[in-house]
Amino acid sequence: MPTPFEYAPAPESRSVVDIAPSYGLFIDGEFVDGTGGAIKSINPATEEVLSEVAEASDADVDRAVKAARRAYTRVWSKTSGKDRAKYLFRIARLVQERSRELAVLESLDNGKPIKESRDVDIPLVAAHFFYYAGWADKLEHAGFGPDPRPLGVAGQVIPWNFPLLMLAWKIAPALAAGNTVVLKPAETTPLTALLFAEICQQADLPPGVVNIVTGAGETGRALVSHPGVDKVAFTGSTEVGKAIARAVAGTDKRLTLELGGKAANIVFDDAPIDQAVEGIVQGIFFNQGHVCCAGSRLLVQESIADELVARLKRRLSTLRLGDPLDKNTDIGAINSLEQLERIRHLAGVGDDEGAERWTAECDLPAKGYWFAPTVFTGVSQAHRIAREEIFGPVLSVLTFRTPSEAVEKANNTPYGLSAGIWTDKGSRILKMADQLRAGVVWANTFNRFDPTSPFGGYKESGYGREGGRHGLAAYLDVTGA
Amino acid sequence: MTRSPSALAVDQGALDDAVRSDAALRRFLHGLPGVDQVGAEARAAALSTRSIKTTAKAFAIDLAISMIDLTTLQGNDTQGKVRTLCAKAMRPDPHDASVPRTAAVCVYNDLVGQAREELGDSGVRVAAVTTAFPSGRASLAVKLADTRDAVVQGADEVDMVIDRGAFLSGRYLEVFEEIQAVKQVCHENGADAHLKVILETGELATYDNVRRASWLAMMAGADFIKTSTGKISPAATLPVTLVMLEACRDWRDATGRMMGMKPAGGISTTKDAMKYLVLVNETVGTDWLTPDWFRFGASSLLNDLLLQRQKMSTGRYSGPDYVTVD
Repeated sequence: MPTPFEYAPAPESRSVVDIAPSYGLFIDGEFVDGTGGAIKSINPATEEVLSEVAEASDADVDRAVKAARRAYTRVWSKTSGKDRAKYLFRIARLVQERSRELAVLESLDNGKPIKESRDVDIPLVAAHFFYYAGWADKLEHAGFGPDPRPLGVAGQVIPWNFPLLMLAWKIAPALAAGNTVVLKPAETTPLTALLFAEICQQADLPPGVVNIVTGAGETGRALVSHPGVDKVAFTGSTEVGKAIARAVAGTDKRLTLELGGKAANIVFDDAPIDQAVEGIVQGIFFNQGHVCCAGSRLLVQESIADELVARLKRRLSTLRLGDPLDKNTDIGAINSLEQLERIRHLAGVGDDEGAERWTAECDLPAKGYWFAPTVFTGVSQAHRIAREEIFGPVLSVLTFRTPSEAVEKANNTPYGLSAGIWTDKGSRILKMADQLRAGVVWANTFNRFDPTSPFGGYKESGYGREGGRHGLAAYLDVTGA
Repeated sequence: MTRSPSALAVDQGALDDAVRSDAALRRFLHGLPGVDQVGAEARAAALSTRSIKTTAKAFAIDLAISMIDLTTLQGNDTQGKVRTLCAKAMRPDPHDASVPRTAAVCVYNDLVGQAREELGDSGVRVAAVTTAFPSGRASLAVKLADTRDAVVQGADEVDMVIDRGAFLSGRYLEVFEEIQAVKQVCHENGADAHLKVILETGELATYDNVRRASWLAMMAGADFIKTSTGKISPAATLPVTLVMLEACRDWRDATGRMMGMKPAGGISTTKDAMKYLVLVNETVGTDWLTPDWFRFGASSLLNDLLLQRQKMSTGRYSGPDYVTVD
């Protein structure tokens, strides 16, 4: 009888990062005390308090926006593209140099496995800064007219699922285009943004070009509705996105929104089956399913459905759930109790609606917030778990018979952020991609990101694009072009 | 009727039907699910980031040693070389009796008799490369005689090569029948030599071909499927091994029978070996983590494993003079 091959714990060292017991706000190039309350940021894997951060009040937000305005008027709008590029390249290099520190801090604060923060998040952060650094002195060649102008001060609000990566998606293009920013990280994951503030200091970025205000919903509301903000960029839930759209309606603020999704991952009977299984896993269990473009609906051709689901379950049984800092962990912790409760609730709804629940067998740690990888089969288009964004490691499996049925079901959602197609037939990929109403369509892969590729949604998944040349448009005055 | 094989759910009936004609065999092999190159390589790369430390590493080092087919396949091999190799296979570290012996010694045909004698009843098996190894460019009669020679001299295991020319030209049934014929020789006169079928994946060019050749070999009666001769570059790689292990797994699903797997060539460090063991562990599972079902075809790997093993017990790295050269 063979002995099981048990991987011994292989934890990344926590001591590579210093976490201060409390943090202020980063305004005008310095850390300052806030005038509001404080929020505790916890490690969702252990429920231990990591640090206390300021909750920026209206007055603090006002101070930050004014600092950004001053920096814009006096310095940044007069800094040449070539010089802006230098700062961005410097930031990119510093992110690389401090990548281990950033990765550990991200995993501590967010709960995501270290292998993801180390191999995906942080390298992409650096890549975004490198990429937009390259654009900073070439804006006149970007296709937006001979001399595209920045918008001014950008107010940016980002989510907790990819804290530092979303910061990079927001800050890199804004700075490259010549804007200054006030950014609010999510209340449960503020720490890497504050470390990023240190990196800005280290890079000698002029004071006020980047300001970080921590806080919760009220701080975000104060920021997006501040009259001194010229441009609002938000990534997060559709519900909050709608509220922001209402708040900026009637003003001359520009707005881009990157909201929820309920992506279909469509597997045809001629798909490369083992890679399709990997793609499904990557699609919905990557980052605990806390991904707006997650492939949360598996649409599988009826003739291979049973076989595919069986293979999927076998694969899911090998996923390793546990300590996010262990280098062999595949599935980390759910970011917050609130999110865990939402996932539990919606999974319960799936049971009530008559879908069949299957859960990978794994021991959940006693402390912290955990949810085992879960698959619902027998799901119909009418079920809530096929329509609402769960934002957790929960997959709903539906079947189809014909390509047109696949398209119809995939598009039958208020969202439209991403989709996946798995088939060996190239012509079918093109035809399907043409008909799917989704901002990103992956073919024989899923959840791959690159700074050169525009990302954004249809319908209730938002508007505007981030990444690539298109991402610059959100931060330039392109009305004349 | 030959079942149109989306081949996801293959059963014995479908396998029997598939080998009735060249056309049926082609339909079957080409109906196997495709392999996406990017995806397969990404999966292999992802698994190779597993961090195997302390107790897991100690376990894996001993396991890897016990899975080695300690190989010498040089034109200038001598009886003296084989003698040392056999001694080393039976007792890899002369100073440490707790090191497990290797699974087998793998030599050219003419040295089988000597290896058989040296190894005696130690439990270390004798593997012989046959069928005009490594190119396989000889008539069937010569290949069978080559194999018969090895079996008669006492080879416990026969490592044959497939006819890549025939395979790439699409003459699948010819390849199939050749493997069957070699298999028969392995069992002549009451012998029971295990048959390892070398696909020489470095010459097959695509993962689709690797999957097809794997199925072809398994259907023809292979006990093991093996990546490479070690004479062609690339030899074993992680993604090729992944695709072949998936074939082993699917074979068991279809037939209920296990299938052995042997990557060979280019695996020379402990770190490499760990990656392969992780691949086995997470693709086909614990059942394959024994020398009965997984082997490494390697020569220099053993010394690196021994050095790492010494490092784990003493806490210090020693030099190459602390392991034996042959």
